[in-house]
Amino acid sequence: MNVIERIKTYNTQLGLTFIGLLVLILFMVTAPGTFLRGRIYSSFLSITPFIGIAGLGLTLVLVSGEIDLSFTAVMGFAGYVFAVTMGFTGSIILGILAGLASGAVVGMLNGMLVTLIGIPSIVVTLGMQFLIRGATNIIAAGQATTLTQLAGTPIHSLLVGEIGGVVPAQSIWFLVLAVLVWSLLFRHKFGDHILFSGDNPETAEMMGISVTRTKIIVFMIFGALAAFSGILDSFRLRTWWPTMGQGYLMTTMAAVFIGGTSMFGGEGTVYGTFLGAFIIGSLEAGIVAAGLSGFWTRFIYGILILIAVTIHTLLRRQS
Amino acid sequence: MKNIHKRFGGVVALRGVDFTVGDNEVIGLIGDNGAGKSTLQKILSGLYPPTEGEIFVKGEKIDPNNYSVRQAHEMGIETVFQEKALGQKQALWRNIFLGRQPTTKFGYLDVEEAKSETDRIMKQFLGFTGEGVSPDSTVSTLSGGERQGIAIGRAMYFEADLIILDEPTNALSVKEIGKVLDFIREVKRQGKSCVYISHTIAHIYEVSDRFVILDKGKVADRREKGELTEQELIDELTHHATRPETEERSP
Ligand SMILES: Nc1ncnc2c1ncn2[C@@H]1O[C@H](COP(=O)(O)OP(=O)(O)OP(=O)(O)O)[C@@H](O)[C@H]1O
Ligand SMILES: [Mg+2]
Repeated sequence: MNVIERIKTYNTQLGLTFIGLLVLILFMVTAPGTFLRGRIYSSFLSITPFIGIAGLGLTLVLVSGEIDLSFTAVMGFAGYVFAVTMGFTGSIILGILAGLASGAVVGMLNGMLVTLIGIPSIVVTLGMQFLIRGATNIIAAGQATTLTQLAGTPIHSLLVGEIGGVVPAQSIWFLVLAVLVWSLLFRHKFGDHILFSGDNPETAEMMGISVTRTKIIVFMIFGALAAFSGILDSFRLRTWWPTMGQGYLMTTMAAVFIGGTSMFGGEGTVYGTFLGAFIIGSLEAGIVAAGLSGFWTRFIYGILILIAVTIHTLLRRQS
Repeated sequence: MKNIHKRFGGVVALRGVDFTVGDNEVIGLIGDNGAGKSTLQKILSGLYPPTEGEIFVKGEKIDPNNYSVRQAHEMGIETVFQEKALGQKQALWRNIFLGRQPTTKFGYLDVEEAKSETDRIMKQFLGFTGEGVSPDSTVSTLSGGERQGIAIGRAMYFEADLIILDEPTNALSVKEIGKVLDFIREVKRQGKSCVYISHTIAHIYEVSDRFVILDKGKVADRREKGELTEQELIDELTHHATRPETEERSP
């Protein structure tokens, strides 16, 4: 890698890290009482992974040249499948596996409708989001399910416990998944298939890669990741809510776009999504803690998204 | 290839084409826009099956429904396209090894190996001097000729026996075209075969041993280089191109 490219690659990431720190310093100045104590950071770390884990999946789907809006419903649906299977079999493990599988199946349906029928993914997954949310609510009759049997189990501590009483375990899961997704996308053979499917599907086909298969698998991975996020949330709240996952759509997309992943496919950044999730997560908690109203959260998201995406686009155009 | 037909819905692109490439032979495939050249090339390179007809590679009959780009690669057939050969936003090393990546365990890429081999391909086969362009450069930062070079280098590296070039010199400067033509001569010198598709008769005439003229999905003529001059070839092509559509339909 020559010097200029090296600088360019790390420029965006450095810039993003800088924005993240700036936001943090701003909070420390405006609300030192809150932001110089550890508690607020535990709270960031417990919320951010839900945006972040979905964001990782969304990054893969965007790199493959598609989009998926159905993940919030999948979070709720998989949480429900988890709760019901566990209630039925008495096994937490079976519940988790069934939940993950249900997410992957929805992803497969998304992928097949997009690739085999040829419907634009934004339309397919918009429909799927309503369908899955609706179906879940019909089956659950709109009722919440309490999952008190999760309390005190080893799996509960493993998934959402607090390490040393401070660090929420889900933030470690987010970190691990981020590393896995990064190595899948940029260091695994299948990552090449994703990159080229999104960059130029004809090139991919001409080199013997099935774009259809690649995209279906990517949708399935996102389905499973969204499901995992929903299962984690069920563990954290020890209750399954019919509204689970609602409200994550815009924040997750914001995190991914602030991070620098493009809408046009073929390129993306896992590190960016990772930081983007933290920036969004800290804003969400921080603005309110800083004594500003929730209206400010939206306003500041808006400013941040527009500035970040403008910078990313200008940097891309230069190269 | 024998009696190849290809229909796309109602459009008939090929209607009974016989096409043979001999050992160590460069064939110039020419014809008007829409004659079916690219369609023939795509069938040969395994991108899609013919609607009808038979394909033989090295004397072996191919099952068209099992024939794929991967299998074509394994049998030594590589294709080089002007625009579609490379992923524009990807690093060169990813492009060179796409579909055939060196891997370590569990399908993880051997990035070091891929980069150093890409560097070798660029320097040895293609004469890149290393200034400004590296295996990590993205394709979009390369000139048209350089891009073509990468695609050609890829075919050479994987030791293709038959290299198909579909309009490889489109939008290239004279100097860059010279490089591509040199490459075709190099392919021939190494005892390999080549199918060269182009609208520029001067280039085709210069490097080909034989010419096959396609017209509206059929082989209109086959000529040896010795039989005719460049001007005669151009005249013949113009004749086919300007022939009215109706004549084609009459018995
Ligand atoms: N995927 C496709 N779907 C439908 N029709 C197609 C498809 N590909 C090719 N055709 C049609 O088949 C015919 C032959 O096209 P082809 O691309 O083989 O021509 P060509 O000889 O390569 O022309 P050119 O010199 O312009 O590249 C054209 O009428 C074209 O419209
Ligand atoms: Mg063509």
